[in-house]
Amino acid sequence: MCEEEKLLQFIREVSFAVTDVGLYLDTHPCDRYALKYYAKYKELRERALEEYQKEYGPLLLDGVESCDYWTWVEDPWPWKGGK
Amino acid sequence: MWNYESRLQYPVKIKKCNLKAAQVIMSQFGGPDGELAAAWRYLSQRYVQPYKEVAGLLTDIGTEELAHIEIVNAILYQLTKGATPCEIKAAGMDKYFVDHTLGQWPQSAGGVPFTATYFQSKGDPICDLHEDMAAEQKARVTYDNILRLVDDPDVCDPIRFLREREVVHFQRFGEALRITQDNLNAKNFYYINPAYDMPCKKRCNTCDSCNPCKKCGE
Repeated sequence: MCEEEKLLQFIREVSFAVTDVGLYLDTHPCDRYALKYYAKYKELRERALEEYQKEYGPLLLDGVESCDYWTWVEDPWPWKGGK
Repeated sequence: MWNYESRLQYPVKIKKCNLKAAQVIMSQFGGPDGELAAAWRYLSQRYVQPYKEVAGLLTDIGTEELAHIEIVNAILYQLTKGATPCEIKAAGMDKYFVDHTLGQWPQSAGGVPFTATYFQSKGDPICDLHEDMAAEQKARVTYDNILRLVDDPDVCDPIRFLREREVVHFQRFGEALRITQDNLNAKNFYYINPAYDMPCKKRCNTCDSCNPCKKCGE
C-alpha cells in the first residue's frame, strides 16, 4: 500500500469513527465518554485531511491548493476506484 | 446544505466484470428497500419531527445513506465496466442496456422503476420511526440475500459493510423511538400526534375539532 493509500485509509477510518459516534451522540447527547471519543477522532480527521489535501489534492471543494489548475476535477473519481 | 467529500465511505475495488451480480445489486440502488428510498425516507421525514435528537438522527442517517447510494453505484459501475454486447446478452442484461446502456438508473432487480411509494413520510413520529426500523431490517435482509447470490470477495466486502450499517441504524432508530415515547403520555402513546397536535397556541379557536388542545387541555 503506497503512502497516499495509507493516509486515505486512515482518513476513512477516523471519518467513520466520527460518523458512527455522531449517530450515537444524536440519541445519547450527554454521554461524556462518547463526546471525548468524538473530540479525539474529529481532531485526527482534521489533521489527516489537511495533510492529504496538501500532498495529494483536494477531497473537499475548499481543499484545492493549486494556483495553475483546477485539481478538483482530476480523475479517477471515487467510483472509478480512485478514492 | 450538503458538501461533497471526494472519496467513498468504504473503498470499492472490483477487478472482475460480473453482470449477473450487478443485476441483483441494482435493487439496493433503486429497489423497494434500497439506499435511494432510505435517504429520501429519512430526509423527508425529518422536517416535522418535534424532538431535536430525532430530527438530528434522521438528518445524519439520511446523509450517510447518500454515501451508501454512492457505494452501491460504484459497485455497479465497476461490475459493468467494459461489458461487450455479447456478454450483456448472455447475462440477460439486454433489456436494461437498451434503455440505459451502462448508465445508472434507479430500478429494482425485477426492472420496476424507482418510485416514492417505496417509502412513507406520515407526519407522525411513532409511525415514521417504526417504518424506519422496518426499512433497516428489510435492507439488511436484501444484503443477506445478495451475499447468498454473489461470491466475489471484492464485491462481498463492501456489501458486508453496508449490511452492518443497517444493523447500527436500526439500533439508533430504536433509541429515537424510545426518546419519542419518553416525551409522550406513558399511558397512551397515541393520545396525540406530537408532530401535529402539540402547538396549542396555533389553534384556530373557531371549530370544535381544534379545541381544546389535547396536550394542555386549554
